[in-house]
Order: sequence, then C-alpha cells, then structure tokens
Amino acid sequence: MTVYIAAIPARRRERCLLRASGEGIARRFRSAALSGLPTMPYQNVLLANVGKPNSHTLAAYLASGGYSTLRKVLKEKSPQEVVEIVRASNLRGRGGAGFPTGLKWSFLPDKHPGPIYFCVNADESEPGTFVNRVQMEHDPHQVLEGTIISCYATGASRAYIYIRYEYPLCWKRMQAAIDEARAAGYLGRNILGSGFSLEVYLHRGAGAYICGEETGLIESIEGRRAWPRIKPPFPAVEGLFRKPTVVNNVETVACVKHILERGVAWFKSIGTPADPNDPRDPGSYGPKLFGISGHVNRPGCYEAPLGISCRELIERFAGGVWKGRKLKAVVPGGLSTGVITAEEIDTPMDFSGPLRVGCLGLGTGCLIVLDETYSMVDFLYNSCRFFAHESCGQCTPCREGTHWALQMLRRIKAGRGRIKDLDLLLEIGDTIGILPGTTICGLADGAAWPIKTAIRKFRQEFEDYIKHTNVAGWMETQPVPALEQSAVAH
Amino acid sequence: MAVVIIDGRELILPEGRRLNGIEAARLVGIEIPHYCWHPGLSVVGSCRMCLVEVGMRDAKTGRITMQPKLVPACNTPAVDGTVFVTTSEKVRQARARVEEGLLLRHPIDCPICDKAGECLLQDYHFLHGQPQRRADLRPYTSRRRDIGDVTLFVDRCIMCSRCVRFTREISGSSELMVVGRGAQEEIDVFPGRPLHNNLSGNVVDLCPVGALADKDFLYRQRVWFMRCHRAICTRCAVGCSIWIDENQDRIYRLRPRPNPFVNKWWICNEGRYGYHYVHDRRRLVRPMRREGQSLHELDWGLLPDELCQRLRTAAPLAAVISPFVSVEEAYLLCKLIRSLDAQAVLACGPIPLVGQDQNFPGGFVVLAEKCPNRRGVEAVLAHFAGKVVSFDELLQQLADGLARGVWVAGGYPMPWIDHQQAQRFAGLELLIVQDLFPSPLSDLASYILPAAAFAEREGSYVNRNDWLQTSAWAIRPPSGVRPEGQLYWQMLGMPGLFNPRSVLDDIARQIMFFSAATCEIPETGLDLRVNLLAEGQADKERSHDV
Ligand SMILES: Cc1cc2nc3c(=O)[nH]c(=O)nc-3n(C[C@H](O)[C@H](O)[C@H](O)COP(=O)(O)O)c2cc1C
Ligand code: SF4
Ligand code: SF4
Repeated sequence: MTVYIAAIPARRRERCLLRASGEGIARRFRSAALSGLPTMPYQNVLLANVGKPNSHTLAAYLASGGYSTLRKVLKEKSPQEVVEIVRASNLRGRGGAGFPTGLKWSFLPDKHPGPIYFCVNADESEPGTFVNRVQMEHDPHQVLEGTIISCYATGASRAYIYIRYEYPLCWKRMQAAIDEARAAGYLGRNILGSGFSLEVYLHRGAGAYICGEETGLIESIEGRRAWPRIKPPFPAVEGLFRKPTVVNNVETVACVKHILERGVAWFKSIGTPADPNDPRDPGSYGPKLFGISGHVNRPGCYEAPLGISCRELIERFAGGVWKGRKLKAVVPGGLSTGVITAEEIDTPMDFSGPLRVGCLGLGTGCLIVLDETYSMVDFLYNSCRFFAHESCGQCTPCREGTHWALQMLRRIKAGRGRIKDLDLLLEIGDTIGILPGTTICGLADGAAWPIKTAIRKFRQEFEDYIKHTNVAGWMETQPVPALEQSAVAH
Repeated sequence: MAVVIIDGRELILPEGRRLNGIEAARLVGIEIPHYCWHPGLSVVGSCRMCLVEVGMRDAKTGRITMQPKLVPACNTPAVDGTVFVTTSEKVRQARARVEEGLLLRHPIDCPICDKAGECLLQDYHFLHGQPQRRADLRPYTSRRRDIGDVTLFVDRCIMCSRCVRFTREISGSSELMVVGRGAQEEIDVFPGRPLHNNLSGNVVDLCPVGALADKDFLYRQRVWFMRCHRAICTRCAVGCSIWIDENQDRIYRLRPRPNPFVNKWWICNEGRYGYHYVHDRRRLVRPMRREGQSLHELDWGLLPDELCQRLRTAAPLAAVISPFVSVEEAYLLCKLIRSLDAQAVLACGPIPLVGQDQNFPGGFVVLAEKCPNRRGVEAVLAHFAGKVVSFDELLQQLADGLARGVWVAGGYPMPWIDHQQAQRFAGLELLIVQDLFPSPLSDLASYILPAAAFAEREGSYVNRNDWLQTSAWAIRPPSGVRPEGQLYWQMLGMPGLFNPRSVLDDIARQIMFFSAATCEIPETGLDLRVNLLAEGQADKERSHDV
C-alpha cells in the first residue's frame, strides 16, 4: 500500500487514513519529542538518537557510544552466552507474533556445518505500521549493530535485510550504513579481530504484504513467488536456501543490542511481568515503539514501555482525538489485530492486553485511531479490500474467503446488503486462519480479526446501515444476485 | 514398528516406512480427499482439502491428546502413536467449506468439460460438499488459452499448483507459473516460452479439474463411455505402464499407470501420442499371396497349413524377429521354425535408435532405443540358437545364400527397412513378411501377413532393466488381422485359442533367464534378475535404473 497521506487533499485524508503507511506521520516524531509533553520517568532508548543531526551517519552513531556493545560482546562473550542472555531477558519478537526470540534461536540445530542465515524483516507492510521505518531512516547503525550481534549469537554468516519497496530512503540509508560499517571493520571478514565474519545484504521487496511473512520472505529472497511454506519444517531447521534460518524484526534486533548493552535486569525492569499463575507466559518486557496514526492531534512514532495503556498513548502521546471529537474505535496493533471500542481503551498495550479484549494480540503495536464520524462499514470494507488484494492466493480458505468477504461488503456498501451477510461474514472470519488450522500463514487470521471484531462489537451499526440502505431486501435469506461486473471492478 | 490409529483402526507400519496421513489412511481403506498433494511432487499443503484432526497417543499411559486445530494430513507423518480422525464434524465442515470456496468462482461448465466424470472437484462435491450455494458471486466465463502443448481453461483452475510443480520438479523445464494474486491468480506461461517438453502431457493427468486439457483428446470422447485396459507402452525400451482408454475398438488416449518400479506416475509424449498408427488406414489388413505380379487375398482358415507346407520345402530357413514382438510370440515362432528346420538361422530385427537418451531432473528417462522387447527377444533367440544373430549379420548370411526361406516377423510402427536392405531378400524361394505397414520388404514377399498392433495383442515384454511386464489386449484388431500368437499357435498344431500364460509358463521352465516368471506376474511387473540377485551376480550387470 503506497498511499502517502501528504499527497492526499485534506478533505479526502480522513477517509484514507487506514491506508496510511506513515509518510508524513513518521516525520512528526520530533515534534512529539519537543512538544513539551509532561515529563516522563521513561528515557527513550530505541529512539534515543532519533532527531539528532545526521543521526544516520556512522560518525554520529559512534559519538553516542555506538558499536561499543558489539566490541564488548565480540571480545567478552561466546555466542552461547549471548543466546542465554537474550533468552533470560524474555525478549519477544516485535514483528507481530511475539514469539520469544531466545527460544527461536535455540531451535537452530547444534553444531551445524553451516551456512546459517539471518533475515531481518523490514518489510513492514502491516497497515498503520511505520516504526521500523523511523529506525532505519534515522538510526540505521543501531539496526545494523543489533543485526551483527544477533548473527554472532546464532552463528549466521550471512544476513539479509528485506526492505519493502516503498521505503527508498531506508534503503539508501541502510546501504550507506552497511558501506560505512564495512569500511570501519564492523562487517566483513574477521570483524574487529574476533574471527567472526559476516556479510549483510539488502534485499528490496516489490510491494507485496505477504513478503513480510517469514517463509514468504524466504521464498522471496530465493527469487521466487512469495508463497509461504508449509510448516514444519520450520525455518530454524530448513529455511533460506534450505539451510537453518532465523527471521527477526528490525525492532527485535535493535532490542537485542540494548539488552547486551544494559543487561537483563534493566530490560526486565520495564514492561509487564509474567503472570505468575501461567507458567507458559513469558511476560512482556522492554521498551516498545508505538506508531499512532488516524484521527489524533499528533500522529507519530513514540517509544514507551510495554504495558502502557492505550488511553495513555492516545491522550498523552498523540494529543487526543482531533477536532474535539469523540473516540469511536482503535485498531490496537496494525490492522490484522482487529478493533477495540472506546470503552476498552484502558487495555494495557502488552502482548496479552489486546487478547483480553478479543483482539488477535499486540501485533506491531501501531494504533489506528478512528473518531466518532467514521463508519465501521467503511472500515471493514477497506480492511477486506486490503486483505483480498494481498492474499497470496495459495490456500483455498484464504483466497476464496477474503474475496467473498470483499464482494459481500461491496454489495452492502452498494445498498444491497442483507442481515444474513453479517452471519456469513462472521462464519468466514471464524473459519479462516492458522488458529482454526485452515491456512498456511497468518494473513488469513489478519483478515479474519477485523471482520470478527468489527461486526461483533459494532453489530448494531452494521444492521442499521443495511436496513437503511436496503429497505426492501435486508431480511432476504436466499442468495441474491451478484453486483454487475462494472460495479465489482477494483 | 509404528502403530498408527486412523478413525479408531490400528495400522501397523514396519520400521522405516515413511508415510503421511493420506497414504496411511489409504492402507486401511480410508480415502482422505486432497487436491494439491501428489505422491510424486513436493508437499505444499495449500488446498486444505485433506484437513484432519491429529493427536498423539502416549506410549506409556495410552492417553491420547488431540491438537486443538485442524492439520493437513499430507504434511503429517504417520509416526508411532499418531492418531488421525477423519470423520469428525469439524473435519466434515472444513471439507464442505473448502468445496464451497473452490466453487465460488468456478464456471461449472461440466457439460462441455473433458474432465467431467473423472474430476475431483465433482467427486468431492458430491461426497463432501454442501447442497446449496450461499454465495452471490458471478462466476467468471470459461476462458480458454493456448499455452503450448496443452490448452488451459483458465477459470476452471483451482490453483492446486500441481502443474507448476511438475514442470519445476519433474520435467525441469519450468514453463508454467502462477500470475496475479489472491482471487485474480491464474496459471500462465512466460511470454514466448510455451509449455513444450517431452513430458508435458502429464500435466493433464495431474490436473484434478478440467483446467488443463489435452489437445489430442479435447472434445473427442466423454470419459464414461471409455473402458480402461492395463497395458505397456511400446515406444521405447523403458516400457512404461499405461492405461489404454478405448471405446468400441478405437483408442482415444493413453495415460500413465503408476508403477513405482518403471515409470512412477509419468509417461512421455512420444508414448502418449504414439498410438495413432493403430488406426492408420494404410495398415495391412489382409493376408495375401503373391502370384507373379499380382496379389491374392487369402483365407485364414487354410493359411496355417499352406504356410507350413511351403516352409517345409524352402529349407534352409531363417527367421527375423523384431523387438516389437512379445516374448511368447518370439518363443512360438522360434519353436515353429526350428521344428521345420533344426538348423534355421534365428535373427533379431533391427533395433530402432532415435537421437539420445533423455534424462529429466525428476529421474524420468526416455530412451533412444525405440522398441519394447529387445532383451526378451534376444533371450529367446539365445536359448534356441545359442547366440543372437543381429540383423546385419543376417543380411550378410543372406548374401552368402545360407537360407532359402525366410520368415520376417515385423510389427514395426515406423518405417524400418530401406530398399538396399530389402534387396538382400530378393530371389529367395519363400519370403513371408508379417508387418503392420507395407514396406520395401513386403513388396518382395511371397506372403504378406498383417500383424496386430500393441493394443491388439497379449503378451509380455522385457525392458532394458530386465523387468518383465504383461500387457492385455485392449481393442480387437481390424477385421482380417489375426494376432501373430494365434497364427503360430495354430501352425504348431495346438488346440483352441492362443494362451500366452501357458506359453510363458513353458518359457519360464525352459529358459533360465525367465525362471522368475513362473509365478503370477504382478500388475507392476517382475524383476527377472531376482534369481541372479540371489546368486549375487546381478550387481555388476545392473548398470542403471529406470
Ligand atoms: C501476513 C504476514 C505479514 C507479516 N509482515 C511482517 C512484517 O512486515 N514485518 C515483520 O517484522 N514481521 C511480519 N510478519 C511476522 C513474521 O512472520 C515473523 O513472525 C516475524 O518477522 C518474526 O520476527 P520477530 O520474532 O522478531 O517478531 C508478518 C506475518 C504475517 C503472517
Ligand atoms: S493464508 Fe493466505 S496469504 Fe497465507 S499462505 Fe495461505 S493463501 Fe497465502
Ligand atoms: S491448472 Fe490444474 S493442475 Fe494446474 S494449478 Fe490449476 S487445477 Fe492445479
């Protein structure tokens, strides 16, 4: 999705916010930092360098103590120790699924003759998400240092950073950072005399959301169509070029760097502790970047501890809902996670908070705020359009389910909806995805959650809309004729 | 040993047998529906038709824990303790939804679709689908697109990707690909690179629906009118197992018959489309005798006696047996000729060699040796004559005047002898030529006898790896043609109809090479080297596998 907010006339802006990928919004992180917010006890870590002049250059990064962690790790720690530290920190992946990173690394086979590959997932295509972009544009060396440390820990000899096509500046700055780091001896053969060698390559996507799915990303790097692979085998066993592979998000590897710099105790002092009653809960520790877009006064990328409430993010960081309007709904973590209502916004933004209010999870932690004037029918229509367009088309339930849902919403919007359609939509929402087991990857879950949450939480609005627009036929239960082909055109 | 439980039935698998859920269920007679999985291709698990519930039985306590979600049986190994449930309500509903999904945009043009009647989408809809359509989608029209060797009906495709994987993994030519995304996806070829390779016909068999259609077969016959017959392809020395699909003595298509020892699941296009000569109008269909310049049609009833008489007076005799003749026929002919002249020369017909062996990445081989039974015929000849006389040697011996009467059992589907070679046969006292088509040799023959084509006769063939397979007749020969075996049988004075099984029994008893063939011949054939293997001799002989 490449609709840039800045390029849209003001009147249309409101309607297009769902499609925002952050251009314009991401630039505002500075104004947020400088706008005299009430002083917080929390000190930015991930965004510490962002906003400083020339923060993307090696010189600026070194001036703020950059690469000293790498130097220390290479000299003092064995790869196993690094894995142990990351595991002890309970760091969970920031890419969406929240899988414990240390655990993922430990799935790599022991004593593998190699090569082992490391992929940094910078495909960031989840609607509403733009935090990795800020990191890569303004602090590429931090991402790179995290990547090098992660590769050292996992024994990877090659790393691929998969950047989405729509981030040209990220690409330029990451490439410049790689060149600078190589020239300074942080990359290449025998890094800093440690005997550890690593090459980092950038791979540029071509504009498909599915390339962010880890096995889709692997297929894409291999030069094929990004059809996610069936698991098992998991990438840790058989991934890129059929070799053991780790895929981690940009923010995850940046956190790795900070954990090694500041220690496990620091990391665990931030966030929501694990539930003592649930031995399998790894907790939600550490700092998190939250992107806030939509109908707020100060959209942007903010750093806060995990577990901060959704209300605080909207009201304190983003300056509240714009134009003095009331809040209607919030997408808590990228479109895939569904919506929460205005009543539910005291939910803590950690890995289990959004789950408790019926959402998929924390997702990417990027909020989309909708004000009271926004129609949920439009919301769901936009959402279905996105997922139908981005489904890779491999699994029958996802390919046909997302398409059918979109056609139903088109018909509803064209004034030919039936109440029965809502039940059919819910049935689709409840039966597609990896959670019920009917698809290969999580895109279908992402398509299902907005359908399920929007219709369940705003059913009255949908019913009113259908009854008002289709006075004659809303109670019809038999299949109705399809829209004319011209009305169905994309 | 592994114990797998499928719908409450226990299946015991021997150690080291690696099966997935679909294969294991088949062994206990349960068919798990599937589209994208094919035993010969990689597993993608995308059609989601084979979803089942899976659990694990604890070896110690016997407790079964089920996974909460559905999993595809194709990607679930049947290891010890695995529990498959294929009939639960959850599974039933998942199947119904997949069927509903696949039919959302399907044109449902079964009345004009070649696949109707053997289409998995149809079959599974009746077995697992739901009776009513709930969708409001306008089905697309049925677009047809020429993509090279086969025709693509774009909208019938269910995106199982079998055809794409086939061209990548088996033929290695990678012509087919998927374009578009989501519901706009289509199968297509790259511009200027049509689907064209020697294995391309297989994608039609692979396609579970009527999306890929065989240009040779398109609109020629409804599948339910045809009968299938087990047979062997005779177009190269691999001897692939095939089905002959026929209606009223006309062949409409050949399909591969899965045989793990010979051709796996595939056949090549040369074999697949190489049956048309059977219905060629130029075929010889009457026994004839040359009298001066003219040919006289003969009556089969009197022919065996007449031929015996003429042969007896024409000694010394020679026989040429082509590698298209079955083992039984070769045996009977040798026996016949040797009974008339104990010193008769027995030669093998010319071995057709065309081009080079073709090796495909998936392991499939098409051989340059374009005949099915060289090994079998040579073994029979060696038994009778001690050594195999090649065709060239025979020509030399004819020039030396070592024979006065020659019987040529041809049966070549292609031209096989030129004028120069044929002239060596000129001036013989008696020349009997049994063949499918007129040739320079038949122009010289005293007797021209029509031969039966591969689909018209029964018998066994031995491929180049000494693998013996039997083939049954699928169609009756054109009127006036009598299969070779029947003629030899009568000339040897044996009662009733030609019985290849009893002849093969004889052969197995008499000829060491065939000693393994005393048992019932399995549908997948039989390795004649088993006895040699037992003696440890075969290792050095077995140079390559098919
Ligand atoms: C459809 C889909 C799209 C995804 N897109 C992204 C993405 O753009 N960026 C990302 O980091 N992870 C994405 N993921 C999650 C990845 O599959 C994977 O879980 C993640 O990269 C693992 O990294 P982490 O453990 O550091 O979170 C996506 C997942 C799905 C199912
Ligand atoms: S769930 Fe959808 S996007 Fe994911 S592999 Fe299946 S069809 Fe592709
Ligand atoms: S054309 Fe046939 S084999 Fe190929 S993907 Fe479509 S349905 Fe499958």
